[in-house]
Amino acid sequence: MTTAKEFTLAELIVAVGAQAWASDGEVLATGIGPLPRLAAGLAKLSCAPGIMMTDGEAYLVEDPIPLGPRGDYKPKLSGWMPYSRVFDSVWSGRRHAMVTPVQVDRYGQGNISALGGEFQKPKVAMLGVRGFPGNSICHKNSMFLPSHSKRTFVEGEVDVVASVGYNAKNWPEGARPADVKLGVVITDLCVFDFNGPDHAAQVLSLHPGVTFEQVQDATGFPLLRAERMTTTAAPTEEQMAIIGRLDPHNLRATVLKGNPPGVRAA
Amino acid sequence: MNKEMDLKAVVAQLRDGMKIGFGGWGPRRKPMALVREILRSDLKDLTLVAYGGPEIGMLCAAGKVKKLIYGFVSLDAMPIEPYFRKAREAGAVEVSELDEGLLLLGLQAAGHNLPFAATRVGLGSDVMKYNPHFKTVKSPYGDGETLLAMPAIKLDVALIHASRADRLGNTQTDGPDPFFDGLFARAADKVFVSTEVLVDRIDTEYSDQAKQQLFERCLVTGVVSAPLGAHPTAAHDAYGWDMGHLKDYAVSAGEEGGWQRYFDQYVKGDEASYAASVGGEAKIRALPLPIF
Repeated sequence: MTTAKEFTLAELIVAVGAQAWASDGEVLATGIGPLPRLAAGLAKLSCAPGIMMTDGEAYLVEDPIPLGPRGDYKPKLSGWMPYSRVFDSVWSGRRHAMVTPVQVDRYGQGNISALGGEFQKPKVAMLGVRGFPGNSICHKNSMFLPSHSKRTFVEGEVDVVASVGYNAKNWPEGARPADVKLGVVITDLCVFDFNGPDHAAQVLSLHPGVTFEQVQDATGFPLLRAERMTTTAAPTEEQMAIIGRLDPHNLRATVLKGNPPGVRAA
Repeated sequence: MNKEMDLKAVVAQLRDGMKIGFGGWGPRRKPMALVREILRSDLKDLTLVAYGGPEIGMLCAAGKVKKLIYGFVSLDAMPIEPYFRKAREAGAVEVSELDEGLLLLGLQAAGHNLPFAATRVGLGSDVMKYNPHFKTVKSPYGDGETLLAMPAIKLDVALIHASRADRLGNTQTDGPDPFFDGLFARAADKVFVSTEVLVDRIDTEYSDQAKQQLFERCLVTGVVSAPLGAHPTAAHDAYGWDMGHLKDYAVSAGEEGGWQRYFDQYVKGDEASYAASVGGEAKIRALPLPIF
């Protein structure tokens, strides 16, 4: 496998994002937003052939569906996945989603519901909690956050706990926070997880040209260096070819501001 | 047995303060003709329950809503319904914000005549904090686990839009997903269905499509012929959603007097004038179904 000579940060994120599903076996993979969706598609066609994907509406497909307008392309359907069955998959734990909260805190909790003010009259109403509470207590969730900053990785707790985490005070006695499965958190600066001591956040890899200090300065809570912290691997030519096939209109170029290169200038 | 009614007769059965559930999902298969008839009425203080789309935003904009119980309120391509957002940020309506699955479980419990459904969903999240009436139960078995007792969500009325219905109250959808229309119907005291096509007998005319039935006819109080009655939401396979129209609607949410402008321009008259005001039947029927 040859490493690609040139790649964008978005392509780096898709390539490392695909690894999130590598050890999952046969679960429903849901990538919400263009980069997570491309990451899931790349996973299916490389490191995680067992994962199941949908057409984004109500059917299962074995070939990931390319993004955007696709002319005469007609998806081949392998099964039915109406929302009722999505909930069954969620609640039985046979799913791994990659989602984009607006805020994430040190406990791994995420917010997509509302910002500021009172809950009955928020400063900014966002999506609502949607499926986050159930997803996060029943199955594994990874995250993609396009803009790593103290606004997204907040100092205290998220304004509204939509997806659950490891803050003991939010759990009633006898409920089981040990079941919470957080996967990787991928940002425009690094990859981290919450598998440090006592679920502390630890950086697994820094994107090329990014320093640990830079990441820490952009994060509202303390980060640890994972024992084998490394540089995020560049995509291979093979991965780049698959990404190009899954995203023929280059929608991935529109996700990160200015579509920066994968290797930052020092 | 003939359950056929018209839009006005359905709305005449609704009362101030009722709890009304809507079938469909976001901008998909919403009973918009019935919603517009409610907008033309003087009904008020309603509690609405939905996987919401424009029906929620419009009824909020018109000041008809006391409380919302929702899994989300979204126009899909526009992730937050504009008038819903406005109502939330003004604190204009009381809200019970639920996990999408909790809404399912609450409706299911109501349909099964149970007081609650036991689930882990919601624990550890602020759904518990902002729904302070929610209580937990302890598993009576060896595991002793603490679970949320999701209370039943009983509805006075459910409003649902179908591809086809007959005068007996049978319904079918051509859509790829029945969503949770069956749960809304079962949770409600009365169910009114608007339909693209109304026939005398579905069994004699569409016998080979029985698997597309949404729920049994015994749940249905009334059926209304309402072709194009889901516009501007999608009604598989008759027409897709009208994003152009929904964008204009979203723009109105940012204008001074925008709702009144929208209401006067589109809703004020009747369904015939509505269809004409949004470009006419041929244009609606040509709206493509969305791709993802």
